[in-house]
Amino acid sequence: MAIIKVENISKKYIIDHQKKTKGPVGIRDVLSHYTKSLFNGAYRQEMAEVSNEKEEFWALRDVSFEIEAGDRVGIVGSNGAGKSTMLKVLSRITEPTSGRVSIGGRVASLLEVGTGFHPELTGRENIFLNGAILGMKREEIRRHFDAIVDFSGTEKFLDTPVKRYSSGMYVRLGFAIAAHLEPEIMIIDEVLAVGDADFQRKCLGKMPDVSDSGRTILFVSHNLTAVQSLCNKSVFMQKGRMMEMGETSHVIASYMSKVRRTSLVQEWESVAIAPGNDQVRLKLVEVVPAYLGKQSRIDTRTPITIRFEFWNLMKQADLNLSLHFNSVTGETVFNIATPILSSRQGIVRAETQIPGNFLNDGVYTLSIMIVKDMTAPILVIPETVTLEIEDFRENVAWYGKWPGAVRPRLPFTIEQVEEVPV
Amino acid sequence: MQETVIEANRSERHYWTDLWKFRELLWILALRDVTVRYKQTVLGVAWSFVRPTLTTVIFVFTFSKVAKVPPEPNTPYAVMVLPAVLIWMFFSTSLSTVSSSIVSNTNLVAKVYFPRLIIPLSSVIVGLIDFLIGATLLIPLFLWYGFTPGWQVIFAPAFLLLAFLAAFSFGLIFAALNVKYRDVSQLVPFLIQFGFYACPIAYSVRLIENEWWYPIYNLNPLVGILDGFRWCLLAGNSPFRMDSFIPSVVIIFATTLVAILFFRKRENSFVDYI
Repeated sequence: MAIIKVENISKKYIIDHQKKTKGPVGIRDVLSHYTKSLFNGAYRQEMAEVSNEKEEFWALRDVSFEIEAGDRVGIVGSNGAGKSTMLKVLSRITEPTSGRVSIGGRVASLLEVGTGFHPELTGRENIFLNGAILGMKREEIRRHFDAIVDFSGTEKFLDTPVKRYSSGMYVRLGFAIAAHLEPEIMIIDEVLAVGDADFQRKCLGKMPDVSDSGRTILFVSHNLTAVQSLCNKSVFMQKGRMMEMGETSHVIASYMSKVRRTSLVQEWESVAIAPGNDQVRLKLVEVVPAYLGKQSRIDTRTPITIRFEFWNLMKQADLNLSLHFNSVTGETVFNIATPILSSRQGIVRAETQIPGNFLNDGVYTLSIMIVKDMTAPILVIPETVTLEIEDFRENVAWYGKWPGAVRPRLPFTIEQVEEVPV
Repeated sequence: MQETVIEANRSERHYWTDLWKFRELLWILALRDVTVRYKQTVLGVAWSFVRPTLTTVIFVFTFSKVAKVPPEPNTPYAVMVLPAVLIWMFFSTSLSTVSSSIVSNTNLVAKVYFPRLIIPLSSVIVGLIDFLIGATLLIPLFLWYGFTPGWQVIFAPAFLLLAFLAAFSFGLIFAALNVKYRDVSQLVPFLIQFGFYACPIAYSVRLIENEWWYPIYNLNPLVGILDGFRWCLLAGNSPFRMDSFIPSVVIIFATTLVAILFFRKRENSFVDYI
């Protein structure tokens, strides 16, 4: 029996190009809109142009699917695919523009860890506050209180205001409360993106518990490994539409083949539109993965070739190129530079190879710097290309984030040296 | 098993039962605001006494001693003013917290579902708790002046309810508007400042009831509440005035109805504009 039935859900946002944000408007704007159109005929023309700048944006378009009771469904898709909007509609935070959803059970949505925590209140007070916000009865919270405290490991700080908590403690307490909800349907958005590795492991360990209890789960995550291990079905969304729904492994494979490869080449056709200055201009950035076998996405095993081409507009210059490989948090993982080339006017190419089993999984941005005469950077481009490296694991039982800036496979052996009865 | 249907512009059939189910949240949010308010203060709850006391002292000085505003007959000026100050403070602080309640709870509105009416409702409850604490000041004041209220005092809760509804209903409209038009947060403090003079707080209605604009003055729904509350406490020294009571009741009940409908129509899209 379908516990959630989504029929032709669409959600439209109006983007106002007149303003910088789509945030709140002032009454003045509305009033001046009306008064001007009343008193000034010529203004009407202008208004028509202005209203053209209001663009409709469909965050969701005709999405339909059904979820059976007890299913664990992952929702995958790139940023802006409509995953979060879908969850917001299903958890009744916003209403759809058209379409219909029917849900046969109590829903708890966990779009954030520790929603409504008040910094001035103590851990104890916040457990009751957050529990009530998530729809738990006082009685229920009391019953689970010890388990929550135990799971979060914050016994000692129960009567301390949470503003004095470390961010890790804060997240742990938030997750612990949510993990003790007892709804029929649970909606979870990216909550595993926060917290330290240890705690993520604990949470992921708790999740199968939650699913074994026969609960229906909807789970959005960029961590495809987690989706793969936790969800039996998945929905693949792209640009507000549902592309596919089915077995998780199948859906993830087609998601990979459709989405991931597209953003790996960036090329500028002519000097006129290329980024740069009157000395050098970028022509091409290309990331070429050397896939192993039937693989269709870059993961930690994949060797990668990175190629740059640029126009040298100067008659003659001593140039070299420096590449920064940055993590998503902005730290440079490594920096390499080419030797110096005595270059003449024309196209210059630089290329490097990054071996497999070297980088950790994550999102990286490549920034480049073209340097003249070894000392003067003449062109700096902070984000030429964004690269996502998927996680890959074999014979490993947990799925939390692998720690470390890099993840080399260095020889590391273990052996029994001697057998001694004790 | 409960079935929930989500559709555009659908007024949820379960809304009022949902509201009832979330009554614990209502209480917890109110409790949160009360506890948080006096965290890290030295005086703590004593602030609920300090504010009305100081206001009354200032009134006694400026209006009675300097401006020579006459009180009701046989009534000390402070006895006439404090009840009105308490009601006015309840109304004005509730109105302003309710008006900003949705916006200041953005983190909840954007992340969890519950009937949104809970938020403004809990804000008025906070004001009410504050009022009830402050109202105990009336006892020492009346004892000091040897003043006893008459039988009319049993009607005091009715006027308190009216004040509650007035703050809630006007606040609800402002709260819904504030989500899209932040002008409201500029407007409300001004309205409150202006309203103070348009209400019989520092003076008695007796002084103006023969003016030609008196019927217009009575269209202010707060006049009926403040004057009525005064009637409850001043043991026959202040008459009951139907001229302000009727418009007050009619306007407040009508506004409450309109405000709830208005709010319900908008609450499902708050998160898109907030």
